[in-house]
Amino acid sequence: MKVLVSVKRVVDYNVRIQVKPDGSGVMTEGVKMSMNPFDEIAMEEAVRLREKGKVTEIVAVTVGGAKCEETLRTALAFGADRAVHVKEEGEVQPLTVAKALAAVFKKEDARLFLLGKQAIDDDANQTGQMVAGLLELPQATFASRIELDGTGAKVTREVDAGLETLEVDLPAVVTTDLRLNEPRYLKLPDIMKAKKKPIEAVTLAELGVTPGAALKTLKTVPPPKRSKGVMLKTVDELVSALKAKGLV
Amino acid sequence: MSVERDVMEYDVVVVGAGPAGLAAAIRLKQKAERAGQALSVCVVEKGSEVGAHILSGAVFEPRALAELIPDWKEKGAPLITEVLRDEVYFFGEKRAFRMPNAFVPKTMHNRGNYIISLGKLVRWLGSQAEALGVEIYPGFAAQEVVIEDGVVRGVQIGDMGIARDGHHKDSYTPGMQLRAKYTFFAEGCRGHLGKRLIAHYRLDEGRDPQHYAIGLKELWRVPQPQHQPGLVLHGAGWPLDKDNPGGSFLYHLEDQQVAVGLIVDLSYSNPYLSPFDEFQRFKLHPVIRKHLEGGERLAYGARAIVKGGLHALPKLAFPGGVLIGDDAGTLNFSKIKGSHTAMKSGMLAAEAAAEALLAGGAGGDELAGYTEKFKASWLYDELYRSRNFGAALHKFGPVLGGALTYLEENWLKGRAPWTLRDRRRDHECLQPAARARKIQYPKPDGKLTFDKLSSVFLSSTNHEEDQPVHLVLADPSIPIEKNLPLYDEPAQRYCPAGVYEVVDEDGSKRFQINAQNCVHCKTCDIKDPAQNITWIAPEGGGGPNYAAM
Amino acid sequence: MSKILVIGEQAEGKLNAGVAKVVAAAQAIGGEVHLALFGKELGAVAEGAARLHGVAKVLKVERPENERALAAVLAPQIVELVKQGGYTHLLFPGTTFGKDLAPRVAAKLDVQQVSDIMAVHGPNTFERPIYAGNAICTVEAPEGIVVATVRLASFSAVAADGSASIETVAVNAAVPTHTRYVGLESHKSERPDLQSAARVVSGGRALASSENFKKYIEPLADKLGAGIGASRAAVDSGYVPNDWQVGQTGKIIAPELYIAIGISGAIQHLAGIKDAKTIVAINKDAEAPIFEVADYGLVGDLFQIVPELTAKL
Repeated sequence: MKVLVSVKRVVDYNVRIQVKPDGSGVMTEGVKMSMNPFDEIAMEEAVRLREKGKVTEIVAVTVGGAKCEETLRTALAFGADRAVHVKEEGEVQPLTVAKALAAVFKKEDARLFLLGKQAIDDDANQTGQMVAGLLELPQATFASRIELDGTGAKVTREVDAGLETLEVDLPAVVTTDLRLNEPRYLKLPDIMKAKKKPIEAVTLAELGVTPGAALKTLKTVPPPKRSKGVMLKTVDELVSALKAKGLV
Repeated sequence: MSVERDVMEYDVVVVGAGPAGLAAAIRLKQKAERAGQALSVCVVEKGSEVGAHILSGAVFEPRALAELIPDWKEKGAPLITEVLRDEVYFFGEKRAFRMPNAFVPKTMHNRGNYIISLGKLVRWLGSQAEALGVEIYPGFAAQEVVIEDGVVRGVQIGDMGIARDGHHKDSYTPGMQLRAKYTFFAEGCRGHLGKRLIAHYRLDEGRDPQHYAIGLKELWRVPQPQHQPGLVLHGAGWPLDKDNPGGSFLYHLEDQQVAVGLIVDLSYSNPYLSPFDEFQRFKLHPVIRKHLEGGERLAYGARAIVKGGLHALPKLAFPGGVLIGDDAGTLNFSKIKGSHTAMKSGMLAAEAAAEALLAGGAGGDELAGYTEKFKASWLYDELYRSRNFGAALHKFGPVLGGALTYLEENWLKGRAPWTLRDRRRDHECLQPAARARKIQYPKPDGKLTFDKLSSVFLSSTNHEEDQPVHLVLADPSIPIEKNLPLYDEPAQRYCPAGVYEVVDEDGSKRFQINAQNCVHCKTCDIKDPAQNITWIAPEGGGGPNYAAM
Repeated sequence: MSKILVIGEQAEGKLNAGVAKVVAAAQAIGGEVHLALFGKELGAVAEGAARLHGVAKVLKVERPENERALAAVLAPQIVELVKQGGYTHLLFPGTTFGKDLAPRVAAKLDVQQVSDIMAVHGPNTFERPIYAGNAICTVEAPEGIVVATVRLASFSAVAADGSASIETVAVNAAVPTHTRYVGLESHKSERPDLQSAARVVSGGRALASSENFKKYIEPLADKLGAGIGASRAAVDSGYVPNDWQVGQTGKIIAPELYIAIGISGAIQHLAGIKDAKTIVAINKDAEAPIFEVADYGLVGDLFQIVPELTAKL
């Protein structure tokens, strides 16, 4: 079974982001970039499924500029057999990304599409669902457990009410949540081998994708600072204050 | 526990992707290319990416860079802001005396130099190295030196996925062994492997003890009208003094950025001194604050600085390996510059190793060529001329010491007939707390001055939570039972990241180590009066994530 | 004028509390507001929905396939409703239901979705969080229908004083059978999960022992039906397990009520609670940084205050 895993290059989760004072966005120049942590979980899951014998080929894909090749090399070091780089510089919004990924999924004739539930930069949480909608495939989002058998998958999802289990026919789209697995450490020999694995470059045009109308970002600001509240003197005052706000 | 480990062999393995390590790697590849042969070079770096652990002022002298890559400008090296003006001050608490240029020692004149972010330069060097075929692996910490029959054969990369109590987690991944004909140790000041090698091969025999300082730095973005790109400001005096010496710097770079910092000599004697808090209050000085007012603090970091100079420089070569850069101690303290000297030392070692290997050598020997080239180089000459600077300051204080340096450098052209020696080790300098003066530091104002944890926050430091503590106490009872009564456990104060705390618990005291906060500065390894703390590399990829420091 | 369709979430005959907040967002946009509900048999749920202030019409889409909310089944029906109704805006609650469903619909309508609306500036202009709320963007949606999820923590529920008409709508869209509901396991433990709890009580190093956590923090949390968290210092001191840690390297949470007990408020901890609606701090140090961000602060001995608070609640 072939699995397609989509990965995204984002600002590393350890970096304290700075908002540019002119409101034009977040400082990303010179800042450390890494694979989106939820996509690492998707890569890890694909590799575990292969170790269990359920999956035979793993293809990694990314949509982004030239520097995104680093992220594909990381995916190859994880264990992807080969990678596809949909080359497009600049911001690409989820709908366009989804159209590109849908085209790649069809071209690869894969059975399972794994990706993170959201990217930690734009926090959109849309791409996986959009690919499923475009291809009219089943979707199982926020997965915390995946069981594959030949024709279908049983996926447990983290929802507000608890853990929901769905059965989906393959091919299907599954987006990963935090508790699905803990990604392994990349081994130096695998990083070395990844340099030699093949990466195929394609453009949006070659995939037959025209970017859709995009959201325009008018300005970006830091969140409002919390200000100092009220200092109370007794427990009774606190209890009244909380009751007044309907919190207790 | 015997584990199967992967082994890779290279001609040269370099530990540390800093200016020395990368200059060495580039030079090796250049020599090979010129000879029409191949040399395999691997650089391992404990930071999550090249540059993540690089911190420096920095006013950069491009001499070594121009030798290494003459067309650095065309190739886009990030040397953008040329030094336009030097100002040297002697600070009092509220006042400042500006030294007329004629009285400033030559070593403090910076015409022809650039104000840079060393982190950005190192990243550029990294891409130059990769373009030449150097393999660079960030996120991997060299944990042990592989020594077989007295010869250094390479390094052992640390295992990943070990829990705090030592057991192997599900994610356990054994580290690889990297073997080489020559191993270059370029870990920077007080490298943990360098420290072991110096002891093992007695490389410091006959030398003066090494001396260190701690450098604390912040990067600020200031309002346009205040921005004076090209301004280099150096200071001495307040908030430090003769018994607790040091100096300060403030540089204006491009993009409305100002680098400001304080260097505190680790030979300081007052156990109540907190280098971090000295730095914070330093920023309140009228001369300094007017540069920063209305600005925004972007980043913070700290690192130990090696300053013993020529007399403390250990033997540089040993069977199968060499020390380069600040792992050896090539920084020129009279200029407070170590980047160009680090690069040059890396290049000299590379030239010696390349010659030996390209002639068919099997490596594993002591590179006499490196020592010879070093002695014949401008690097040696520079270190020789400034050999008395550190000792002069220690013995005579900043005014007389500075005057002596002025005399030596400007009048005697560095050929002073005397040599001053400084034999007291930094960790032996603390006076007992009972006799020391407690210092009342002002509370942070949140605008110009800040608390430690907020500062560590801006270094983007992170470590895998569940791993063994990488600050190893030889005797866990010493902090509370010896250091606390004698010196009020100065670790609480000399650590710039709040790693060490003395916690009150149910009437008794406990020494708490918050290893997560560690910014890999190495100060504890140097300054602990009991020399009880050994810094070892934590799991690769952990530590600060400096963007452009 | 805008014509807004709010997609209502319901389960087991109960309207999700978030729907009233989505309606508030709809009001902020302005225009005619309809609310669609999907289920097998809707009954009382629709009446509750019809009472939401400002809703003009409630549309009931009743089909056996709609018994459970499956995105693949609901999406084609919503697309059909949009076509029938000529809506300009389609709003979903920012719950796992809405986040799962909205983008699938947006893709079928060939529209770029706006996720997690925090504020409305105009019919096409919204504020949304990025980088886990460390930056806020104002975005403008292009011409065409606006599809968006609404961040529930940013809006207050509208009152239940309305009287909308209720209509049963036949939606003839074909629905797929490739996705089937198997089961739902509700959160087992009596204590709500720290990550999603509406109320959280957190303890710091001042508690001084794990026994004290049990003795002081747990009873208060039980009284409030709250989740329990801790500062890094408490975790590092070994008083509590590390998955209780709230903060930059622990969990980043956004409860309605966060009570920080004996926690100084280092920036790393504050990074984990910056989106909490109301923060209460109890600490014996009046200068503790936590008081700079707490909505209510009480300076005193936690060992006296906490039992008193627990008793009086």
